[in-house]
Amino acid sequence: MSVAELSTGGFDIRRLWTDRRYRSLLFQLATLVVLGVFIVLIVNNVIQNLAAIGVNYGFGFLSQPAGYDINQQLIPYDSTSTHGRAAVVGLLNTLLVAICGIVLATILGFIFGVARLSPNWLIARIITVYIEVTRNVPLLLQILLWHAVIIQLPTARDAISFSDTIFLSNRGLTVPAPIFGDGFSLVPIAFMAAIAAAIVFAKWAKREQEKTGKIYPVFTINTAIILGLPVLAFLAAGSPLSWEVPEMGRFNLRGGIPLRPEFVAMWAALSFYTAAFIAEIVRAGIQSVHRGQTEAAYSLGLRPNRTMRLIIIPQALRVIVPPLTSQYLNLTKNSSLAIAIGYMDITATLGGITLNQTGQAMEAVMLMMSVYLSISLLTSIFMNWYNRRIRLVER
Amino acid sequence: MANTSYEVGKHPDLPPPVATVGVVGWVRTNLFSSWINALLTVGAIALIVYVTTGIYGWAYLRADFAGESRFDCTSGGACWALIGARFSQFIYGFYPVELRWRVNLAFVLLFVALWPLLFTNAPFRRYTLWFSAAYPIIAYILIMGRFGLEPVETAKFGGMMLTMIIGVTGIAASLPLGILLALGRRSDMLLIRILSVGFIEFIRGVPLITLLFVASTLLNFFLPPGTFFDLLLRVLIMVTLFSAAYLAEVIRGGLQAIPRGQEEAASALGLSYWKSMYLIILPQALKISIPGIVNSFIALFKDTTLVSIIGLLDPIGIGRAALADSKWQGLGPEVYVFVAILFWICTFAMSRYSIYLERKLETGHAS
Repeated sequence: MSVAELSTGGFDIRRLWTDRRYRSLLFQLATLVVLGVFIVLIVNNVIQNLAAIGVNYGFGFLSQPAGYDINQQLIPYDSTSTHGRAAVVGLLNTLLVAICGIVLATILGFIFGVARLSPNWLIARIITVYIEVTRNVPLLLQILLWHAVIIQLPTARDAISFSDTIFLSNRGLTVPAPIFGDGFSLVPIAFMAAIAAAIVFAKWAKREQEKTGKIYPVFTINTAIILGLPVLAFLAAGSPLSWEVPEMGRFNLRGGIPLRPEFVAMWAALSFYTAAFIAEIVRAGIQSVHRGQTEAAYSLGLRPNRTMRLIIIPQALRVIVPPLTSQYLNLTKNSSLAIAIGYMDITATLGGITLNQTGQAMEAVMLMMSVYLSISLLTSIFMNWYNRRIRLVER
Repeated sequence: MANTSYEVGKHPDLPPPVATVGVVGWVRTNLFSSWINALLTVGAIALIVYVTTGIYGWAYLRADFAGESRFDCTSGGACWALIGARFSQFIYGFYPVELRWRVNLAFVLLFVALWPLLFTNAPFRRYTLWFSAAYPIIAYILIMGRFGLEPVETAKFGGMMLTMIIGVTGIAASLPLGILLALGRRSDMLLIRILSVGFIEFIRGVPLITLLFVASTLLNFFLPPGTFFDLLLRVLIMVTLFSAAYLAEVIRGGLQAIPRGQEEAASALGLSYWKSMYLIILPQALKISIPGIVNSFIALFKDTTLVSIIGLLDPIGIGRAALADSKWQGLGPEVYVFVAILFWICTFAMSRYSIYLERKLETGHAS
């Protein structure tokens, strides 16, 4: 469609079809009309259907008493609390298992990913088998299997103990509870200060290096600062932290933080499942950095240590971070499978019991979806920001 | 002989040192190359021995293979009797026993239909492809029971058969939809692009289980009053939409990898949009995205298990129903291990096929 062709003659009705611009406009208009009619029809149907079964539309049910118990609460909740509070308790449980899962899956995934490239044949093979098995079995099955295994463990009386501090039984995992004494708040403050100091030192060292060419061991010194300062503050405040170690009672374990079997099963299944995917991402990232990069760095006289930190890792991270983000999102969304074993996350509270009790299916499902959408959006915004940052560092 | 002397350059070649070749050499370089590797190897062997003896003892040595209820399982290991007692349910669900030949036939025909699709060198491919195109109708008639065959309601579907139905239908229906969505996302028509992006991002932002809740509780609200919509059909629609959104992103990646010049060259040759897509762009883009597409299919196949949460009787649903039976209460791992093996066979075969396809389509000029 050259300019000359477009400008010749007046408007011809056939142009609606033969001219690409008009055709695309026509097509979009038609789509808009179809979509509009579709939406009107659906809304109309919904109104009629709701009127027919006599359910009132609205979010009023959120302030009515829920009348059911939730077995794991991060904020106070009992059966007289409202449906809205039940949903919040569920949301917190979702976030708890998602965050714990992301942390453990990342650690395991990086270890497995590196181990798969290990020169040790046996280790590489074991990891390969693990990855092939875990990735090819549905997550729901793995969650159910973990749960089934945990509830068949010995009872709390004969709990399996790990050096008498951590106990594993059919009631789940019991870990020591930290007791923060007076003055412990000094430690996080020192930690913040240490991070600030580390950033200042890194900037100063970079300026010095650009000026004089002298290289400072920034990484080592900063690690020392970040770890050392909080420890010093801790000691200065008189070690204000003690552990309440769970004790074996006559029938049950006393003290400590009990992690329920549902939580442990979800956490383990999500972490080990996602770790297999992360391991493959890490392996691909490491392999994506060409051998020539290492050789070039060596020929410039960089030590292996600095080569890894300045040449290999930044480039590998660029490949690793985008798919890693989607794995984190997948893990968060997969935590909705908790409903299968009765871990009370938001799907089980809002989309399960609340939905069934009140019959407000439309509102409950819509709320649930918007919660997951917001979590996804926030995570991807954060990871995109991080991704842009490491890109800037790299180029 | 020590005192044999050779002329310069005439010494016969010596064999390489024992420690660098053969089994010994392999073990030294791959297992014991450093003390830390030696330590890891020993640890790994210990782990393998521990795990395999544990599993072997539970699953075979101390296991019971026959019995009427869990009380017949006395050896303390796995109680496989449950699997034996309910095996046909795990495969067919509650499909009437005397009609199961139809499912079997559809299953066998599935492979006949897949053969020319999966392997381009299959014999008589030109004719058998027609059969592949007709297969969905044939399978529908056979399984649902139409044209004189005794009808079977979908509520009786279950087990691996249900998984295969959802998986195969979802895969077949989501690929074209995914391609359309991917093209829509790159379209220069603003409205189409907005709609595609909105749809894809919405579906990818919510878990499948919420969509299945929509299918089981909400979809009927959207239909005119009085219309009935089969639950299985609602689930199939949702699974297809879900998978299509993920496929669209995979295919978009492939489309983005094709240089713009290809499209411009196609336009210059006078090809219309659809012709240039069909003949030039998509063949190249789909080839690049094959690993991702197959991964999406595997994910879809695994995700079919979620239908057990909304009450369909896929193998997990059957297993959980069996575990709720007082005869089998208290078991658990046996069922899940058995179902996991069933799924693993299917998904592992799919991933191997993807590797085969990648090798076959490797033309050497794609970087």
